[in-house]
Amino acid sequence: MKTFDLELVSPEKLLLSRPVEMAIIPAAEGDMGILAGHSPMIIALKGGVIEVRGGGHATERLFVAGGFAEITPGRVTVLADEATPLAQLSRSEAEARVKDAEAAYEKAVDDTPEAREQAMDRLIAARTMVEVAGAA
Amino acid sequence: MANLKELRGRINSVKSTRKITQAMKMVAAAKLRRAQQQAEAARPYAERMERMLASLGAAVAGNPDAPKLLVGTGADKVHLLVVVTADRGLAGPFNTNVGRFARNHIRELEAQGKTVKVITVGRKGNVYLKREFASRLVGEITFMGKKRVGFEEADALAAKITGMLEAGEFDVCTLVYNRFRNVITQVPSAQQLIPTVLPEADVAGGDATGAWYEYEPDEATILAQILPKNLAIQIYRALLENSAGFFGSQMTAMDNATRNAGDMINKLTLTYNRTRQANITKELIEIISGAEAI
Repeated sequence: MKTFDLELVSPEKLLLSRPVEMAIIPAAEGDMGILAGHSPMIIALKGGVIEVRGGGHATERLFVAGGFAEITPGRVTVLADEATPLAQLSRSEAEARVKDAEAAYEKAVDDTPEAREQAMDRLIAARTMVEVAGAA
Repeated sequence: MANLKELRGRINSVKSTRKITQAMKMVAAAKLRRAQQQAEAARPYAERMERMLASLGAAVAGNPDAPKLLVGTGADKVHLLVVVTADRGLAGPFNTNVGRFARNHIRELEAQGKTVKVITVGRKGNVYLKREFASRLVGEITFMGKKRVGFEEADALAAKITGMLEAGEFDVCTLVYNRFRNVITQVPSAQQLIPTVLPEADVAGGDATGAWYEYEPDEATILAQILPKNLAIQIYRALLENSAGFFGSQMTAMDNATRNAGDMINKLTLTYNRTRQANITKELIEIISGAEAI
């Protein structure tokens, strides 16, 4: 199967850089499965799981809290706000984060629509984190 | 002439000073290495971000309702300076250089009739600028007691700046920090943060093959999300360069101090030996002349 270069970077380090067969990325408007030769795109990400696939099954699963991705036919670059392999996620931390996000959302309810939306995104990302932390 | 006991005391005190500066130099060298690694690790993200921003910028160029973070408020009246220094001293001219640079910059802007506001990052810069510009200081941040700066700190500062921009508290934001050229050279420099200076795209809006990007959700939404991140990453880079520069400068300063202490010890030892010899000679003369007198 044809491969493409997948790069996963967070502000603090380069997490992954190698050729892969397929990657599933949590785009803001729904998950996207990407194969080699994809048409060029720039997309926003929501909180969710990036799945790297090879040989018909998932080889790596990482949680990202949001970010961006640049897709070109031969290369995919994911700029993640933070990325953690699923196995290293802690459920208690994720739950604490949901609480924070809920409190922030309560406060943002009377704020500008942008602020509300931002708080909403955070809340969704945190809830996803709890979900996947429980599953792993 | 100083007496022998006094000289011995001084030699010992300079020796222990040398031990301290030597240890500080080693610690600075180790921390410098870590700071450089951290800066190295942050580079890929900044580079990819720049590339994305370049193509996005080209896509929304000329759009009248582009986000404020990108184009600023359109005015050029109130300037916000973010001055980044270290929290601690004993690093040669590191902090003073940024301080002086910022001071000249502020004076220049005020001479042009602009209003200046200052946020200081790091205790030393705050102490330096408070003397002359206390009324312009609108915020101070220190990382005292933190082992290393993380991205969260940069993100928090970026959020604060964005908030101030939304509230219309300034028009132009400039970051003043020590650019890390190499271990011995740090250059104080100013970098404009808002309005954003867009990196040049190689091929307007496209990648190397000249293809156009598709955007999801759309250019404006992505741009609105990516700009605050870009602000944070610029600040993060400045913080990292600041800490790498600080340790580099401290290492150089401590190396000099160690060498100076060595010179001092040599000089004092020479004086000490001469004095001792002189005392012995004097005593001998006294004994001999006493024997002759009998």
